[in-house]
Amino acid sequence: MIGTASTFSGFAGALALGTMLALAAPGGTARADGKLVISNWDAYMPKDLLDRFKAATGYEAELTVHATNEEIMGKVVAGGGKGYDVLFVSGQFAQALDKLGLVAKLDHDKIPNLKNLYPEASQLKHDPGNTFSIPYSWGTTGLCYRSDLVKAAPTGWDDLLKPAPELVKKVTMLATDRWLLGAGFKEQGLSVNETDPAKIKATAALLGETKKSLLAYDDTTFYSKLVSGEALLVHAWDGWCNYGTAENAAIKYVVPKEGTDLWVDTIVITAASQNKAAAHAFLDFILQPDVAKWVSETVMYKTPNKAGMESLDKALFEKYPNLAMTPAELLKQEQLLDVGKTQKDYARAVTEIMAAK
Amino acid sequence: MITSRWSRMLLAAPGLGWIALFLLVPCGVLFVNAFFERGIYGGIDYEARTLDNFARVLDPLYVEVFLGSARVALAATVVAVILAYPAALAISLAPARRHTLLLFLVMLPFWTNYLIRTYAWMVLLNRKGLANGALVASGITAEPLDMLYSEPAVVLGLVYSYLPFVVLSIYTSISRLDRALLEASADLGAGLARTFVKVMLPLTLPGIATGAVFIFVLSIGNFVTADLLGGGQVQMIGNLIYDQFLTARDWPFGAALALVLIAVMMLLLFAQAALAGRAARRGAAA
Repeated sequence: MIGTASTFSGFAGALALGTMLALAAPGGTARADGKLVISNWDAYMPKDLLDRFKAATGYEAELTVHATNEEIMGKVVAGGGKGYDVLFVSGQFAQALDKLGLVAKLDHDKIPNLKNLYPEASQLKHDPGNTFSIPYSWGTTGLCYRSDLVKAAPTGWDDLLKPAPELVKKVTMLATDRWLLGAGFKEQGLSVNETDPAKIKATAALLGETKKSLLAYDDTTFYSKLVSGEALLVHAWDGWCNYGTAENAAIKYVVPKEGTDLWVDTIVITAASQNKAAAHAFLDFILQPDVAKWVSETVMYKTPNKAGMESLDKALFEKYPNLAMTPAELLKQEQLLDVGKTQKDYARAVTEIMAAK
Repeated sequence: MITSRWSRMLLAAPGLGWIALFLLVPCGVLFVNAFFERGIYGGIDYEARTLDNFARVLDPLYVEVFLGSARVALAATVVAVILAYPAALAISLAPARRHTLLLFLVMLPFWTNYLIRTYAWMVLLNRKGLANGALVASGITAEPLDMLYSEPAVVLGLVYSYLPFVVLSIYTSISRLDRALLEASADLGAGLARTFVKVMLPLTLPGIATGAVFIFVLSIGNFVTADLLGGGQVQMIGNLIYDQFLTARDWPFGAALALVLIAVMMLLLFAQAALAGRAARRGAAA
């Protein structure tokens, strides 16, 4: 019978998901030669950075990529951080790693380029004083829309969650739990870090209603849906809205009037790292103004690097107004923080929303 | 002698070892993990033993996701069998020298990556896509239809992806059919329809069952198609398990869900194997 053998391989495929995490943590092979292992999102730092780092400091480094915070978090928690020296993770995840004792305290004397950061960058709530993390980029989550095709420019979360009739089925929302729920929390005037189970439940119900008017949940291609006109209003990270603006100047970004979250992507050194001197050298290297400049010019994200932001071509600020948001304006938004146990309630809320009819 | 017990075991060892390593060991890991609590920051708290995860699987919210996935997988199965049977029949009726070519054509889509084929459906089905373009241009509809990001789109994607498996398994069954039985049926006065229903269909049922179980099992565990063609709005059990492992970082609950899914699949496979076995015995007796 042709079925049996391949059926089992299909099985193994389904199972691979479960075991992938357990087996994926790299062994200690990379450290034998003293090479720095850095995990970052793909294309989130200059391509030639590691070569330049080696030329400048003599330290060898290799890059591995992760697609999501959750992915690298899973690997690091499973392996106690072994096999990694430097990680790029969002602030609330850095905070969770710190609570687990998986990240190293930073030695500021070895990172003189910290002086390049805005003063506001040391006041971030997930890590005041940058004791274990340095911010790499920051921004807001808001509404990205086709100003040439919507009748009235959106101003608040209701425009997304209770869209006007002509926008029904032309709206997308982010699917990642914190941002999906965050939109619902903010609409009701709650905190993006809400922990009250009753309020989380009510928010799930609210977002379940919104689902009826959505085109899709989309974390990756929402800006191209705007470019094609398939969607007219999307829930977006400011930098990603800029990708749309780059292709069509009528695509605009607005921070909802009720306020939104401030997300921060950070860099940490693992507690398990045996190359801490090299890791500190890397952090210092990445704080050079030209790296920050690359992030804003290429990824179109703001960075907390004052020297880098000031060296940007001012024409960029006109084309992408959200790049011009000042640190003071950013800090008015509410920072995403680790919610610990409540994460479980968030997961359930998201399942309720996704299962809603 | 190669048939000695030891050498036979030796020959079986690589395959069995593979299965043990990548099926039994992971299953065992899942099984153990399902009995602990999630650590506050994800991972597993091996200090805290619990049966809660299995109790949670029975929560109506998750049962509904299970039933919803079963519904989608069943729809895909029914559509695929209806499409595959005539195709398999046509191939087996074609001149024998054509069989290899026709079967090759059935398998051809597999030369393209699964994700790319799924993305292709997004290009075809979206509001600005080829299908809507043709519909509007030909005046069949005035406005583009919302085809993408819906349950039917997910069913379509699953059928498209797994149809070749179903065609192949039904083809195997039909090509093994003793043509003399069909002639006998005709000689005894049965028309084509009657011969099909009374003789051909029952005898090819094992092939249909193999194909059906195949696509059902693959579909119910699928999460990529539901994500891409359902626009994240069609929640299948595969997505739920994926989310538990990769988003909620609730590995114990994810493990419990995965075990229940595996148990359901196992039951189906055993039922199908039993059916095939019974049919083989009946065939031998006839």
